[in-house]
Amino acid sequence: MRIERHPILDFPKKQEVFFMFEGTKVSGFQGDTVASALHALGIKTLSYSIKKKRPRGFYCAIGNCASCHMIINGIPNVRTCITPLESNMVVERQINKGVVK
Amino acid sequence: MIYKDLIIIGGGPSGLCAAKTALEAGISVLIIDRNPKVGGQLIKQTHKFFGSKDQYAKTRGYDIASKLYRDIENFANLEILTDTTVVGLYKDNVVTVVNQDRYVRYQAGSFIVATGASEKFLAFENNDLPGIYGAGATQTLMNVYGVLPGNEVVMVGSGNIGLIVSYQLMQAGVKVKAILEAAPTIGGYKVHASKITRLGVPILTSTTVKKAIGETEIKAVEIISLDQKWQEIPNSNRVLPIDALCISVGLTPMHQLLSMVGAKMKFVSELGGFVPIINSQHQTSIKSIFVCGDVVGIEEASSAMMEGYLTGLFVAHYLNHSHKDHEVLVEHYESQLSLLRNGPFGIKTKVGLTKLKEGSNHA
Repeated sequence: MRIERHPILDFPKKQEVFFMFEGTKVSGFQGDTVASALHALGIKTLSYSIKKKRPRGFYCAIGNCASCHMIINGIPNVRTCITPLESNMVVERQINKGVVK
Repeated sequence: MIYKDLIIIGGGPSGLCAAKTALEAGISVLIIDRNPKVGGQLIKQTHKFFGSKDQYAKTRGYDIASKLYRDIENFANLEILTDTTVVGLYKDNVVTVVNQDRYVRYQAGSFIVATGASEKFLAFENNDLPGIYGAGATQTLMNVYGVLPGNEVVMVGSGNIGLIVSYQLMQAGVKVKAILEAAPTIGGYKVHASKITRLGVPILTSTTVKKAIGETEIKAVEIISLDQKWQEIPNSNRVLPIDALCISVGLTPMHQLLSMVGAKMKFVSELGGFVPIINSQHQTSIKSIFVCGDVVGIEEASSAMMEGYLTGLFVAHYLNHSHKDHEVLVEHYESQLSLLRNGPFGIKTKVGLTKLKEGSNHA
């Protein structure tokens, strides 16, 4: 859900950025972070807790809480709330502590 | 290893202001910030500031951020590294940073730790469900990225952040169903609270969250009333259907790098948690490490900026490179700071700073 009208801020349409989420091609906009783009698509579950596999979402937006850790281009534990979205990124939900390949 | 006179960790209001006075004094400065842009939390603040002209009153937060950046961007001896996280701070004046996939070491004559604060969390059942956010995080989502956190929200906490973010949620078109406050009275400024109640949002005092309800994301929140001893009143539970819950129960200083390097710390509840012990020059127990802003006590951005200007001056002085107007400027910013702390919310800070000074023995 994107803000359409706002009394103070303008959100001019920016260039669309295409990326892969869990094997599906989706899009956000230039200036998004990975987490904001996913949130705008209604995707609220970004990772799962390590032991009980409970869903985890966007929480702190400052790269502090670890709730939004995802696997990007094969690299785990990426803080998606402060990671700018780029074209052709491959984004996956993380279900474990992260595996170094 | 790359050498700088001063490395500032955190490019928020305090760090940017510290950079300005240090650069004016003629020393080389590197600002490191983990976010894509500097400006800290100012970049999402659409409200106008209070105070006087010197403290950027009547200016919106994001405009202050741009101004602070413009003040320094043309200095030749300034370098800014964004998207870069400091992962280690060591006593031999070394920081290690991660930038993209690179791990780099920097050495400096001095450091300013201006890491700011993070939002406190609240314990309740299912508090980890997606759709539960820090209030500041929803502010970022809306005002920086133009994305809505949900359609119907309950805010937990009626301090200034809770009140201001509730208003901004409404500006973005979100329905705020209620603001909960566990204490018997509203925490923030009356002017903010009145604005919100006039718009029909109930501020429920002596009320808190019992649990969040939902399987994969939040669908409702169960709330409960508290008595004068902060105990739950039986059968006072109510369920409010929502798709987002915002937590605004205060901030706590991000002290981790200071604790890591072994600076002397003290727990001062009035300042928000663990804070470094400092002398009147904002210097920690480690002589080359200085601090300013929320990391040394939770206040408003206005105070963080004044502390920043001061700390930049102190660091330049420490490096034997004093600003040409050192005395005049120190006096000016100190008087600004004490003006800000004379407001009704300054009492807590003053009590906290007194307690902090009681722990100071290295100055």
